[in-house]
Amino acid sequence: MVGAALAGIGRPVLSACESVGRLALFAAEAVSNIIRPPFYARQFWRHFVEVAYFSLPVVALTALFTGMVLALQSYTGFARFNAQSAVASVVVLSVVRELGPVLAGLMVAGRIGAAMAAELGTMRVTDQIDALTTLSTDPMKYLVAPRILATTLALPLLVVVADILGVMGGYLIGTVKLGFVSAAYLDSTWDVLEAMDVISGLIKAAVFGFVIGLMGCWYGFHSKGGAQGVGLATTSAVVVASILILALDYVVTEAFFSP
Amino acid sequence: MSALGVRLQGVRKSFGTKRVLDGVDIEVAPNSSLVILGGSGSGKSVTIKCILGLVQPDEGVIEIGGQDVTRMSRRDRLALMDRMGMLFQAGALFDSLPVWENVCFKLLAQKRITRAAARDRAAEVLAQVGLAASVGDLSPSELSGGMQKRVALARAVAARPDLIFFDEPTTGLDPIMGAVIDGLIVDCVQRLGATAISITHDMASARRIGERAAMIHHGRIVWTGAAAQLGDTGNAMVDQFARGEREGPIQMELRK
Ligand SMILES: Nc1ncnc2c1ncn2[C@@H]1O[C@H](COP(=O)(O)OP(=O)(O)OP(=O)(O)O)[C@@H](O)[C@H]1O
Ligand SMILES: [Mg+2]
Repeated sequence: MVGAALAGIGRPVLSACESVGRLALFAAEAVSNIIRPPFYARQFWRHFVEVAYFSLPVVALTALFTGMVLALQSYTGFARFNAQSAVASVVVLSVVRELGPVLAGLMVAGRIGAAMAAELGTMRVTDQIDALTTLSTDPMKYLVAPRILATTLALPLLVVVADILGVMGGYLIGTVKLGFVSAAYLDSTWDVLEAMDVISGLIKAAVFGFVIGLMGCWYGFHSKGGAQGVGLATTSAVVVASILILALDYVVTEAFFSP
Repeated sequence: MSALGVRLQGVRKSFGTKRVLDGVDIEVAPNSSLVILGGSGSGKSVTIKCILGLVQPDEGVIEIGGQDVTRMSRRDRLALMDRMGMLFQAGALFDSLPVWENVCFKLLAQKRITRAAARDRAAEVLAQVGLAASVGDLSPSELSGGMQKRVALARAVAARPDLIFFDEPTTGLDPIMGAVIDGLIVDCVQRLGATAISITHDMASARRIGERAAMIHHGRIVWTGAAAQLGDTGNAMVDQFARGEREGPIQMELRK
Protein backbone atom coordinates (compact mmCIF):
# COMPACT_ATOMS: atom_id res chain seq x y z
CA MET A 1 0.00 0.00 0.00
CA VAL A 2 2.56 2.52 1.16
CA GLY A 3 5.02 1.12 -1.35
CA ALA A 4 2.57 1.66 -4.19
CA ALA A 5 1.87 5.20 -3.04
CA LEU A 6 5.59 5.93 -2.82
CA ALA A 7 6.12 4.49 -6.28
CA GLY A 8 3.28 6.69 -7.52
CA ILE A 9 5.10 9.76 -6.24
CA GLY A 10 8.56 8.50 -7.02
CA ARG A 11 8.05 7.72 -10.68
CA PRO A 12 7.09 11.21 -11.84
CA VAL A 13 9.77 12.73 -9.65
CA LEU A 14 12.37 10.40 -11.13
CA SER A 15 11.27 11.08 -14.66
CA ALA A 16 11.33 14.82 -13.98
CA CYS A 17 14.87 14.49 -12.61
CA GLU A 18 15.82 12.49 -15.68
CA SER A 19 14.49 15.18 -18.02
CA VAL A 20 16.34 17.90 -16.14
CA GLY A 21 19.51 15.82 -16.29
CA ARG A 22 19.16 15.29 -20.02
CA LEU A 23 18.52 18.97 -20.57
CA ALA A 24 21.62 19.83 -18.54
CA LEU A 25 23.70 17.44 -20.65
CA PHE A 26 22.25 18.93 -23.82
CA ALA A 27 23.12 22.43 -22.60
CA ALA A 28 26.65 21.36 -21.68
CA GLU A 29 27.16 19.75 -25.06
CA ALA A 30 25.84 22.86 -26.79
CA VAL A 31 28.24 25.09 -24.85
CA SER A 32 31.18 22.83 -25.56
CA ASN A 33 30.28 22.99 -29.25
CA ILE A 34 30.05 26.77 -29.12
CA ILE A 35 33.61 27.10 -27.87
CA ARG A 36 35.29 24.36 -29.93
CA PRO A 37 35.90 24.52 -33.69
CA PRO A 38 34.74 24.02 -36.37
CA PHE A 39 32.51 27.09 -36.27
CA TYR A 40 29.73 27.68 -38.74
CA ALA A 41 29.93 31.45 -39.06
CA ARG A 42 27.40 31.58 -41.89
CA GLN A 43 24.82 29.79 -39.76
CA PHE A 44 25.56 32.01 -36.77
CA TRP A 45 25.20 35.17 -38.80
CA ARG A 46 21.91 34.08 -40.32
CA HIS A 47 20.38 33.53 -36.88
CA PHE A 48 22.01 36.56 -35.31
CA VAL A 49 20.46 38.83 -37.93
CA GLU A 50 17.13 37.10 -37.49
CA VAL A 51 17.18 37.57 -33.73
CA ALA A 52 18.83 40.97 -33.37
CA TYR A 53 17.63 42.86 -36.41
CA PHE A 54 14.20 41.43 -37.12
CA SER A 55 13.14 41.50 -33.47
CA LEU A 56 13.92 45.23 -33.24
CA PRO A 57 10.44 46.54 -34.10
CA VAL A 58 8.66 44.27 -31.62
CA VAL A 59 11.08 44.96 -28.81
CA ALA A 60 11.24 48.68 -29.53
CA LEU A 61 7.47 49.14 -29.51
CA THR A 62 7.06 47.08 -26.37
CA ALA A 63 9.70 49.09 -24.53
CA LEU A 64 8.40 52.46 -25.72
CA PHE A 65 4.85 51.84 -24.58
CA THR A 66 5.98 50.29 -21.33
CA GLY A 67 8.04 53.40 -20.53
CA MET A 68 5.06 55.60 -21.31
CA VAL A 69 2.68 53.59 -19.17
CA LEU A 70 5.18 53.43 -16.36
CA ALA A 71 5.57 57.22 -16.26
CA LEU A 72 1.82 57.74 -16.24
CA GLN A 73 1.13 55.11 -13.62
CA SER A 74 3.88 56.10 -11.24
CA TYR A 75 2.93 59.79 -11.57
CA THR A 76 -0.70 59.22 -10.63
CA GLY A 77 0.26 56.68 -7.97
CA PHE A 78 2.99 58.80 -6.40
CA ALA A 79 0.75 61.87 -6.42
CA ARG A 80 -1.09 60.31 -3.50
CA PHE A 81 1.92 60.90 -1.26
CA ASN A 82 3.42 63.86 -3.06
CA ALA A 83 6.34 61.95 -4.55
CA GLN A 84 5.77 62.83 -8.23
CA SER A 85 9.36 63.98 -8.58
CA ALA A 86 10.50 60.34 -8.36
CA VAL A 87 8.91 59.48 -11.71
CA ALA A 88 12.10 59.77 -13.77
CA SER A 89 14.09 57.61 -11.34
CA VAL A 90 11.39 54.99 -11.14
CA VAL A 91 11.09 54.77 -14.91
CA VAL A 92 14.80 54.43 -15.58
CA LEU A 93 15.45 51.93 -12.80
CA SER A 94 12.48 49.73 -13.59
CA VAL A 95 13.20 49.73 -17.28
CA VAL A 96 16.94 49.15 -17.12
CA ARG A 97 17.01 46.66 -14.27
CA GLU A 98 13.82 44.80 -14.91
CA LEU A 99 11.36 45.55 -17.64
CA GLY A 100 13.81 45.96 -20.51
CA PRO A 101 15.38 42.52 -20.15
CA VAL A 102 12.20 40.69 -19.14
CA LEU A 103 9.92 42.15 -21.80
CA ALA A 104 12.54 41.80 -24.53
CA GLY A 105 13.13 38.23 -23.37
CA LEU A 106 9.44 37.36 -23.45
CA MET A 107 8.93 38.94 -26.87
CA VAL A 108 11.95 37.17 -28.34
CA ALA A 109 10.91 33.89 -26.71
CA GLY A 110 7.61 34.16 -28.55
CA ARG A 111 9.17 35.12 -31.85
CA ILE A 112 12.45 33.23 -31.99
CA GLY A 113 11.99 30.35 -29.55
CA ALA A 114 8.90 29.31 -31.46
CA ALA A 115 10.57 29.66 -34.85
CA MET A 116 13.59 27.63 -33.76
CA ALA A 117 11.51 24.84 -32.29
CA ALA A 118 9.36 24.70 -35.41
CA GLU A 119 12.31 24.68 -37.79
CA LEU A 120 14.33 22.07 -35.93
CA GLY A 121 11.20 20.04 -35.23
CA THR A 122 10.37 19.91 -38.92
CA MET A 123 13.95 18.98 -39.69
CA ARG A 124 13.72 16.18 -37.15
CA VAL A 125 10.48 14.66 -38.41
CA THR A 126 11.56 14.89 -42.05
CA ASP A 127 14.88 13.13 -41.35
CA GLN A 128 16.91 16.25 -42.13
CA ILE A 129 18.77 16.02 -38.83
CA ASP A 130 19.68 12.39 -39.56
CA ALA A 131 20.70 13.47 -43.05
CA LEU A 132 23.14 15.97 -41.53
CA THR A 133 24.78 13.17 -39.58
CA THR A 134 25.16 11.07 -42.72
CA LEU A 135 26.83 14.06 -44.35
CA SER A 136 29.50 14.04 -41.63
CA THR A 137 28.16 17.14 -39.93
CA ASP A 138 27.40 17.17 -36.23
CA PRO A 139 23.87 18.55 -35.81
CA MET A 140 24.75 19.90 -32.36
CA LYS A 141 27.48 21.94 -33.96
CA TYR A 142 25.73 22.95 -37.14
CA LEU A 143 22.21 23.53 -35.87
CA VAL A 144 22.24 24.01 -32.11
CA ALA A 145 25.47 25.86 -31.28
CA PRO A 146 25.01 28.78 -33.75
CA ARG A 147 21.41 29.31 -32.68
CA ILE A 148 22.15 29.42 -28.96
CA LEU A 149 25.15 31.66 -29.49
CA ALA A 150 23.06 34.00 -31.64
CA THR A 151 20.28 34.43 -29.08
CA THR A 152 22.77 34.81 -26.23
CA LEU A 153 24.66 37.60 -27.98
CA ALA A 154 21.70 39.29 -29.63
CA LEU A 155 19.52 39.73 -26.60
CA PRO A 156 21.84 42.16 -24.74
CA LEU A 157 21.93 44.31 -27.88
CA LEU A 158 18.16 44.31 -28.06
CA VAL A 159 17.99 45.21 -24.39
CA VAL A 160 20.20 48.25 -24.92
CA VAL A 161 17.68 49.43 -27.49
CA ALA A 162 14.79 48.54 -25.19
CA ASP A 163 16.38 50.48 -22.31
CA ILE A 164 16.84 53.60 -24.43
CA LEU A 165 13.34 53.49 -25.85
CA GLY A 166 11.75 52.69 -22.50
CA VAL A 167 13.40 55.73 -20.92
CA MET A 168 12.41 57.79 -23.96
CA GLY A 169 8.81 56.72 -23.55
CA GLY A 170 8.86 57.89 -19.95
CA TYR A 171 10.53 61.15 -20.94
CA LEU A 172 7.96 61.74 -23.63
CA ILE A 173 5.02 61.39 -21.29
CA GLY A 174 6.85 63.19 -18.49
CA THR A 175 7.61 66.30 -20.50
CA VAL A 176 4.65 66.45 -22.85
CA LYS A 177 1.87 65.39 -20.51
CA LEU A 178 3.01 65.58 -16.92
CA GLY A 179 4.69 68.96 -17.06
CA PHE A 180 8.28 67.98 -16.20
CA VAL A 181 11.04 70.25 -17.43
CA SER A 182 13.06 68.38 -20.01
CA ALA A 183 16.51 69.03 -18.52
CA ALA A 184 15.36 68.28 -14.98
CA TYR A 185 13.78 64.99 -16.06
CA LEU A 186 16.96 63.91 -17.82
CA ASP A 187 19.10 64.99 -14.89
CA SER A 188 17.19 62.90 -12.41
CA THR A 189 17.33 60.00 -14.87
CA TRP A 190 21.12 60.18 -15.07
CA ASP A 191 21.68 60.91 -11.42
CA VAL A 192 20.01 57.79 -10.17
CA LEU A 193 21.42 55.38 -12.74
CA GLU A 194 24.46 53.31 -11.74
CA ALA A 195 26.67 51.11 -13.87
CA MET A 196 25.52 48.04 -11.97
CA ASP A 197 21.93 48.67 -12.99
CA VAL A 198 22.85 48.48 -16.65
CA ILE A 199 25.28 45.60 -16.24
CA SER A 200 22.84 43.46 -14.29
CA GLY A 201 20.23 44.11 -16.97
CA LEU A 202 22.58 43.04 -19.72
CA ILE A 203 23.61 39.91 -17.86
CA LYS A 204 19.96 39.06 -17.43
CA ALA A 205 19.52 39.57 -21.14
CA ALA A 206 22.35 37.17 -21.98
CA VAL A 207 20.93 34.56 -19.61
CA PHE A 208 17.46 34.93 -21.13
CA GLY A 209 18.92 34.72 -24.62
CA PHE A 210 20.67 31.50 -23.73
CA VAL A 211 17.46 30.08 -22.29
CA ILE A 212 15.43 31.03 -25.37
CA GLY A 213 17.91 29.41 -27.75
CA LEU A 214 18.32 26.37 -25.53
CA MET A 215 14.60 25.70 -25.18
CA GLY A 216 13.90 26.31 -28.86
CA CYS A 217 16.64 23.86 -29.83
CA TRP A 218 15.85 21.31 -27.14
CA TYR A 219 12.17 20.99 -27.97
CA GLY A 220 12.75 21.17 -31.71
CA PHE A 221 15.57 18.65 -31.62
CA HIS A 222 13.54 16.13 -29.65
CA SER A 223 10.18 16.52 -31.30
CA LYS A 224 8.54 13.51 -32.85
CA GLY A 225 5.32 12.47 -34.45
CA GLY A 226 4.78 14.69 -37.47
CA ALA A 227 3.05 18.05 -37.65
CA GLN A 228 1.31 17.60 -34.33
CA GLY A 229 4.61 16.86 -32.58
CA VAL A 230 6.17 19.95 -34.10
CA GLY A 231 3.24 22.05 -32.88
CA LEU A 232 3.64 20.69 -29.40
CA ALA A 233 7.38 21.35 -29.46
CA THR A 234 6.76 24.95 -30.49
CA THR A 235 4.28 25.59 -27.71
CA SER A 236 6.47 23.92 -25.09
CA ALA A 237 9.53 25.90 -26.16
CA VAL A 238 7.73 29.22 -25.73
CA VAL A 239 5.94 28.35 -22.50
CA VAL A 240 8.96 26.82 -20.77
CA ALA A 241 11.31 29.57 -21.93
CA SER A 242 8.89 32.24 -20.66
CA ILE A 243 8.55 30.62 -17.25
CA LEU A 244 12.30 30.13 -16.98
CA ILE A 245 12.87 33.76 -17.90
CA LEU A 246 10.66 34.93 -15.04
CA ALA A 247 12.19 32.47 -12.59
CA LEU A 248 15.78 33.24 -13.59
CA ASP A 249 14.96 36.93 -13.43
CA TYR A 250 14.42 36.46 -9.74
CA VAL A 251 17.61 34.45 -9.35
CA VAL A 252 19.79 37.03 -11.09
CA THR A 253 18.14 39.92 -9.25
CA GLU A 254 18.74 38.14 -5.96
CA ALA A 255 22.39 37.61 -6.90
CA PHE A 256 22.94 41.28 -7.72
CA PHE A 257 20.71 43.25 -5.41
CA SER A 258 19.90 41.13 -2.41
CA PRO A 259 20.08 43.52 0.55
CA MET B 1 40.16 3.51 -50.72
CA SER B 2 38.64 0.09 -50.64
CA ALA B 3 34.97 -0.74 -50.64
CA LEU B 4 33.37 -1.66 -47.35
CA GLY B 5 31.56 -4.91 -46.63
CA VAL B 6 28.66 -5.06 -44.20
CA ARG B 7 27.55 -7.84 -41.90
CA LEU B 8 24.59 -7.91 -39.56
CA GLN B 9 23.98 -10.68 -37.11
CA GLY B 10 21.00 -11.10 -34.82
CA VAL B 11 20.03 -7.43 -34.92
CA ARG B 12 16.94 -6.68 -32.87
CA LYS B 13 15.11 -3.43 -32.38
CA SER B 14 11.87 -2.53 -30.66
CA PHE B 15 10.10 0.79 -30.46
CA GLY B 16 8.29 0.71 -27.15
CA THR B 17 6.62 -2.68 -27.01
CA LYS B 18 6.58 -3.03 -30.77
CA ARG B 19 9.28 -5.34 -32.11
CA VAL B 20 10.39 -4.16 -35.52
CA LEU B 21 13.58 -6.15 -36.10
CA ASP B 22 13.69 -9.63 -34.67
CA GLY B 23 17.11 -11.02 -35.43
CA VAL B 24 18.18 -9.69 -38.81
CA ASP B 25 21.18 -11.38 -40.48
CA ILE B 26 22.60 -9.83 -43.62
CA GLU B 27 25.94 -10.12 -45.34
CA VAL B 28 27.07 -7.85 -48.13
CA ALA B 29 30.43 -8.38 -49.78
CA PRO B 30 32.63 -5.37 -50.55
CA ASN B 31 31.90 -3.81 -53.94
CA SER B 32 28.66 -5.65 -54.41
CA SER B 33 25.05 -4.60 -54.53
CA LEU B 34 22.24 -5.87 -52.34
CA VAL B 35 18.56 -5.06 -52.63
CA ILE B 36 16.28 -5.46 -49.65
CA LEU B 37 12.65 -6.30 -50.31
CA GLY B 38 9.73 -6.52 -47.97
CA GLY B 39 6.25 -5.32 -47.27
CA SER B 40 5.49 -1.81 -46.18
CA GLY B 41 6.36 -1.34 -42.53
CA SER B 42 8.43 -4.51 -42.35
CA GLY B 43 11.49 -2.69 -41.04
CA LYS B 44 13.61 -2.07 -44.14
CA SER B 45 14.28 1.57 -43.42
CA VAL B 46 14.95 0.83 -39.76
CA THR B 47 17.50 -1.81 -40.82
CA ILE B 48 19.59 0.62 -42.79
CA LYS B 49 19.22 3.30 -40.14
CA CYS B 50 20.69 0.78 -37.71
CA ILE B 51 23.65 0.17 -40.01
CA LEU B 52 24.23 3.91 -40.28
CA GLY B 53 23.99 4.34 -36.53
CA LEU B 54 20.98 6.67 -36.74
CA VAL B 55 18.96 4.11 -34.78
CA GLN B 56 20.60 2.24 -31.93
CA PRO B 57 19.80 -1.50 -32.13
CA ASP B 58 18.83 -3.23 -28.89
CA GLU B 59 20.91 -6.31 -29.62
CA GLY B 60 23.12 -7.81 -32.28
CA VAL B 61 26.34 -7.25 -34.15
CA ILE B 62 26.78 -4.77 -37.00
CA GLU B 63 30.12 -4.85 -38.78
CA ILE B 64 31.24 -2.41 -41.42
CA GLY B 65 34.54 -3.14 -43.09
CA GLY B 66 35.15 -5.83 -40.48
CA GLN B 67 34.76 -3.49 -37.48
CA ASP B 68 31.91 -3.79 -34.99
CA VAL B 69 30.31 -0.36 -35.16
CA THR B 70 27.99 -0.80 -32.20
CA ARG B 71 31.01 -0.73 -29.92
CA MET B 72 32.96 1.97 -31.69
CA SER B 73 33.85 5.32 -30.17
CA ARG B 74 31.93 8.31 -31.47
CA ARG B 75 34.99 9.62 -33.26
CA ASP B 76 35.74 6.42 -35.12
CA ARG B 77 32.11 6.18 -36.01
CA LEU B 78 32.15 9.68 -37.48
CA ALA B 79 35.27 8.85 -39.44
CA LEU B 80 33.52 5.82 -40.86
CA MET B 81 30.39 7.87 -41.60
CA ASP B 82 32.60 9.99 -43.79
CA ARG B 83 32.85 7.10 -46.22
CA MET B 84 29.11 6.50 -46.40
CA GLY B 85 26.24 8.09 -48.28
CA MET B 86 22.52 7.79 -47.77
CA LEU B 87 19.45 8.56 -49.82
CA PHE B 88 16.53 8.98 -47.44
CA GLN B 89 13.14 7.63 -48.41
CA ALA B 90 11.56 11.09 -48.28
CA GLY B 91 14.62 12.93 -49.60
CA ALA B 92 15.34 14.89 -46.42
CA LEU B 93 16.71 17.84 -48.38
CA PHE B 94 17.67 20.90 -46.35
CA ASP B 95 15.01 23.41 -47.27
CA SER B 96 16.96 26.38 -45.99
CA LEU B 97 19.63 25.83 -48.65
CA PRO B 98 19.45 26.01 -52.45
CA VAL B 99 19.71 22.77 -54.39
CA TRP B 100 23.38 23.17 -55.31
CA GLU B 101 24.40 23.64 -51.67
CA ASN B 102 22.37 20.58 -50.78
CA VAL B 103 24.16 18.51 -53.40
CA CYS B 104 27.64 19.59 -52.32
CA PHE B 105 26.81 19.91 -48.62
CA LYS B 106 29.39 17.46 -47.38
CA LEU B 107 32.18 18.76 -49.60
CA LEU B 108 31.42 22.31 -48.46
CA ALA B 109 31.07 21.44 -44.80
CA GLN B 110 34.45 19.76 -44.83
CA LYS B 111 35.96 22.62 -46.83
CA ARG B 112 37.14 20.14 -49.44
CA ILE B 113 35.97 22.48 -52.16
CA THR B 114 35.42 26.22 -52.69
CA ARG B 115 31.90 27.56 -53.11
CA ALA B 116 32.60 28.36 -56.77
CA ALA B 117 33.89 24.86 -57.45
CA ALA B 118 30.94 23.40 -55.56
CA ARG B 119 28.53 25.01 -58.03
CA ASP B 120 30.31 23.34 -60.92
CA ARG B 121 30.47 20.03 -59.14
CA ALA B 122 26.75 20.29 -58.28
CA ALA B 123 25.91 20.93 -61.93
CA GLU B 124 27.93 17.89 -62.92
CA VAL B 125 26.20 15.58 -60.43
CA LEU B 126 22.79 17.04 -61.21
CA ALA B 127 23.38 16.20 -64.87
CA GLN B 128 24.01 12.59 -63.88
CA VAL B 129 20.53 12.42 -62.35
CA GLY B 130 18.98 14.11 -65.36
CA LEU B 131 18.57 17.62 -63.96
CA ALA B 132 19.63 20.87 -65.62
CA ALA B 133 22.25 23.01 -63.95
CA SER B 134 19.65 25.78 -63.53
CA VAL B 135 17.83 23.55 -61.02
CA GLY B 136 20.79 24.17 -58.73
CA ASP B 137 19.62 27.68 -57.93
CA LEU B 138 16.11 26.66 -56.90
CA SER B 139 15.07 25.86 -53.37
CA PRO B 140 14.02 22.25 -52.65
CA SER B 141 10.44 23.35 -52.00
CA GLU B 142 10.20 24.56 -55.61
CA LEU B 143 10.84 21.07 -56.98
CA SER B 144 8.44 18.26 -57.80
CA GLY B 145 8.60 15.09 -55.71
CA GLY B 146 10.56 13.19 -58.33
CA MET B 147 13.01 16.04 -58.76
CA GLN B 148 13.55 16.20 -55.00
CA LYS B 149 14.30 12.51 -55.01
CA ARG B 150 16.90 12.96 -57.72
CA VAL B 151 18.51 15.88 -55.93
CA ALA B 152 18.66 13.76 -52.78
CA LEU B 153 20.27 11.01 -54.83
CA ALA B 154 22.78 13.48 -56.22
CA ARG B 155 23.60 14.57 -52.67
CA ALA B 156 24.10 10.98 -51.55
CA VAL B 157 26.65 10.23 -54.27
CA ALA B 158 28.32 13.64 -54.69
CA ALA B 159 31.14 12.94 -52.23
CA ARG B 160 31.83 9.53 -53.84
CA PRO B 161 31.18 7.35 -50.81
CA ASP B 162 32.48 3.80 -50.45
CA LEU B 163 29.23 2.52 -48.99
CA ILE B 164 25.92 3.87 -50.21
CA PHE B 165 22.37 3.29 -49.01
CA PHE B 166 19.41 3.97 -51.26
CA ASP B 167 16.00 3.95 -49.61
CA GLU B 168 13.55 3.58 -52.48
CA PRO B 169 15.58 5.46 -55.09
CA THR B 170 13.07 5.12 -57.92
CA THR B 171 9.77 5.51 -56.08
CA GLY B 172 7.91 8.44 -57.56
CA LEU B 173 9.92 8.58 -60.77
CA ASP B 174 8.66 7.92 -64.27
CA PRO B 175 9.86 4.60 -65.80
CA ILE B 176 12.52 6.15 -68.01
CA MET B 177 13.97 8.26 -65.22
CA GLY B 178 13.80 5.18 -63.01
CA ALA B 179 15.99 3.33 -65.48
CA VAL B 180 18.43 6.26 -65.60
CA ILE B 181 18.71 6.22 -61.81
CA ASP B 182 19.19 2.46 -61.79
CA GLY B 183 22.02 2.98 -64.26
CA LEU B 184 23.58 5.54 -61.94
CA ILE B 185 23.47 3.13 -59.01
CA VAL B 186 25.03 0.34 -61.05
CA ASP B 187 27.65 2.82 -62.14
CA CYS B 188 28.50 3.70 -58.53
CA VAL B 189 29.14 0.05 -57.81
CA GLN B 190 30.90 -0.96 -61.02
CA ARG B 191 32.85 2.16 -61.92
CA LEU B 192 33.46 3.79 -58.53
CA GLY B 193 33.86 0.50 -56.68
CA ALA B 194 31.34 1.26 -53.96
CA THR B 195 29.15 -1.15 -52.02
CA ALA B 196 25.43 -0.45 -52.37
CA ILE B 197 22.46 -1.46 -50.24
CA SER B 198 19.14 -0.49 -51.74
CA ILE B 199 15.53 -0.81 -50.73
CA THR B 200 13.01 -1.04 -53.50
CA HIS B 201 9.46 -2.11 -54.24
CA ASP B 202 10.09 -2.16 -57.97
CA MET B 203 11.04 -5.66 -59.16
CA ALA B 204 12.38 -4.54 -62.53
CA SER B 205 14.59 -2.07 -60.73
CA ALA B 206 15.62 -4.69 -58.16
CA ARG B 207 16.82 -7.00 -60.94
CA ARG B 208 18.75 -4.18 -62.59
CA ILE B 209 20.54 -2.79 -59.55
CA GLY B 210 20.91 -5.82 -57.32
CA GLU B 211 23.37 -8.63 -57.57
CA ARG B 212 21.84 -10.23 -54.55
CA ALA B 213 18.47 -9.73 -52.93
CA ALA B 214 17.16 -10.30 -49.43
CA MET B 215 13.59 -10.39 -48.30
CA ILE B 216 12.55 -9.19 -44.86
CA HIS B 217 9.31 -10.34 -43.26
CA HIS B 218 8.15 -9.95 -39.67
CA GLY B 219 11.51 -8.53 -38.68
CA ARG B 220 13.63 -11.36 -40.07
CA ILE B 221 15.40 -12.10 -43.31
CA VAL B 222 13.39 -14.96 -44.78
CA TRP B 223 15.29 -15.38 -48.04
CA THR B 224 18.47 -14.30 -49.77
CA GLY B 225 19.50 -15.15 -53.29
CA ALA B 226 20.45 -13.77 -56.67
CA ALA B 227 18.43 -10.72 -57.64
CA ALA B 228 18.13 -11.95 -61.22
CA GLN B 229 15.98 -14.86 -60.02
CA LEU B 230 13.34 -12.67 -58.41
CA GLY B 231 9.88 -13.90 -59.35
CA ASP B 232 11.24 -17.37 -60.04
CA THR B 233 13.09 -18.34 -56.90
CA GLY B 234 11.10 -21.37 -55.81
CA ASN B 235 10.44 -19.67 -52.47
CA ALA B 236 6.68 -19.24 -52.38
CA MET B 237 6.78 -16.12 -50.24
CA VAL B 238 9.34 -14.30 -52.36
CA ASP B 239 7.67 -15.29 -55.59
CA GLN B 240 4.31 -14.09 -54.38
CA PHE B 241 5.86 -10.79 -53.33
CA ALA B 242 7.85 -10.33 -56.53
CA ARG B 243 4.85 -11.09 -58.75
CA GLY B 244 2.52 -9.02 -56.58
CA GLU B 245 -0.09 -11.75 -56.16
CA ARG B 246 -2.93 -11.47 -53.70
CA GLU B 247 -3.05 -15.15 -52.83
CA GLY B 248 -0.08 -16.85 -51.22
CA PRO B 249 1.74 -17.42 -47.96
CA ILE B 250 1.89 -13.70 -47.18
CA GLN B 251 -1.57 -12.66 -46.09
CA MET B 252 -2.74 -9.12 -46.28
CA GLU B 253 -2.73 -8.06 -42.67
CA LEU B 254 -3.86 -4.96 -40.91
CA ARG B 255 -0.76 -3.32 -39.52
CA LYS B 256 -0.89 -1.87 -36.08
N1 LIG C 1 11.27 6.28 -34.80
C1 LIG C 1 10.31 5.34 -34.72
N2 LIG C 1 9.52 5.27 -33.64
C2 LIG C 1 8.56 4.33 -33.53
N3 LIG C 1 8.31 3.41 -34.47
C3 LIG C 1 9.04 3.42 -35.59
C4 LIG C 1 10.08 4.39 -35.78
N4 LIG C 1 10.65 4.17 -36.97
C5 LIG C 1 10.00 3.12 -37.51
N5 LIG C 1 9.04 2.66 -36.69
C6 LIG C 1 8.14 1.53 -36.93
O1 LIG C 1 8.92 0.46 -37.43
C7 LIG C 1 8.24 -0.21 -38.45
C8 LIG C 1 9.13 -0.38 -39.65
O2 LIG C 1 9.37 0.88 -40.21
P1 LIG C 1 10.24 1.09 -41.51
O3 LIG C 1 10.28 2.56 -41.77
O4 LIG C 1 11.53 0.39 -41.39
O5 LIG C 1 9.34 0.37 -42.61
P2 LIG C 1 9.75 0.07 -44.12
O6 LIG C 1 9.99 -1.38 -44.22
O7 LIG C 1 10.82 0.98 -44.55
O8 LIG C 1 8.37 0.40 -44.84
P3 LIG C 1 8.12 1.23 -46.20
O9 LIG C 1 8.29 0.29 -47.31
O10 LIG C 1 6.69 1.65 -46.06
O11 LIG C 1 9.07 2.36 -46.22
C9 LIG C 1 6.98 0.56 -38.75
O12 LIG C 1 5.90 -0.17 -38.24
C10 LIG C 1 7.12 1.84 -37.99
O13 LIG C 1 5.89 2.19 -37.42
MG1 LIG D 1 10.98 2.63 -45.61
